[in-house]
Amino acid sequence: MLGADAAMQLVQTGATIMVGGFGLVGAPLALLEALGRSGASELTVISNNLGEPGQGLGALLRQGRIARAIGSYFTTNPEVIAAYHAGQLEVTLLPQGTMIEAIRAGGAGIPAFFTPTGAGTALAQDKETRRFGERLCVLEQALYADVALVKAHLADRLGNLVYEKTARNFNPVMATAARCVIAEVDRIVEVAELDPETIVTPQLYVDVLVERAA
Amino acid sequence: MRERIARRALEELPAGSVVNLGVGIPTLIATLAQARGRIFIHSENGILGAGPRPPEGAIDPMLVDAGKRPITASPGASYFDSALSFAMIRGGHIDVAVLGALQVDARGRVANWAMPGQPILGVGGAMDLLGGARRVVVTMTHLSNAGEPKIVPELTLPIGSLRSVDVIVTDYGVLDVTDGALVLRELATDVTLEHFTQATPAPFSLGVQRTR
Repeated sequence: MLGADAAMQLVQTGATIMVGGFGLVGAPLALLEALGRSGASELTVISNNLGEPGQGLGALLRQGRIARAIGSYFTTNPEVIAAYHAGQLEVTLLPQGTMIEAIRAGGAGIPAFFTPTGAGTALAQDKETRRFGERLCVLEQALYADVALVKAHLADRLGNLVYEKTARNFNPVMATAARCVIAEVDRIVEVAELDPETIVTPQLYVDVLVERAA
Repeated sequence: MRERIARRALEELPAGSVVNLGVGIPTLIATLAQARGRIFIHSENGILGAGPRPPEGAIDPMLVDAGKRPITASPGASYFDSALSFAMIRGGHIDVAVLGALQVDARGRVANWAMPGQPILGVGGAMDLLGGARRVVVTMTHLSNAGEPKIVPELTLPIGSLRSVDVIVTDYGVLDVTDGALVLRELATDVTLEHFTQATPAPFSLGVQRTR
């Protein structure tokens, strides 16, 4: 267990980070605020969106800390479009299902996979393709990060995680696909207080817990 | 007009089916369908059994749909992560996806994610749903805001999937896509065949047609 600022010292300049959340729902907002206070820059961010203007990852973008973004839906934050046009941000766009499967594969030790999604479209340009039966498929590379920043509802002291409703989204998958996984949680409980049937992320995936300030 | 399209599309959803609703006109279906309580709404951010919008003051910030709008959870709802959610879509476990579209071509293929002359910075689940749902129903206005036909011989906007959709519902009528060709199934009450043909540059044949 660490404070948010101490935990964000684990993110170095030039690092590749995964950040959970669908928009701001399920995003580790306290960690992102602390990351804003840290000196880390030139970040590659793997996340569905880059927050909203000035909020979540949007705040880091505004500070010029993000060099490259890999995700599926950036158009809801107009500042992403502006940064892209200004040549300040490199963007890699993936279909949402391909992005999360690439993260799942990264965490599961699978280096690449073929998927029909995107085949024959502009997003498959320059990608290897192969036909399986009737279906044209695209070869997609797995994604893996230096650090994953995830948000869960509860953790026990071992790092087992329980999520809340649709705030689960990308978080449990990202928690499998980084060298260092930092989980922001609403509350930390004692070991054995969580029902093993409800645990979504087993503790072996989680390196650091940060409890949100009450 | 948009609500009329949504009402007509609702008839394409079998009772008890698992349905994913895109943004725009398909979103209107959610409200209409829930009054009947007969379909299970899948939202790709991780819920099966999405319920109606909550009343003001009862909004749960942890509970949103794929358009990031507040929702409720219906009895029997379940939550899951994004990888499982898209495995449901890609794996053919969603009975029907109802999606908006910018253009449809003569083979029923759809442009639904990128606008011309703009940087490609957003796709979301559009391609996954278009390619993965067992059945795809497109809902759209027959003409664009500029008055241009959207059902065209060939797409001029970026294609979303090589797969043809199954049904196209517009304010002018309903088309089926059969063996990669468009078949007019139904004309809207106030639309004549001549009117429909003028507004539809893509070739289509006449099915067992009826007027409503």
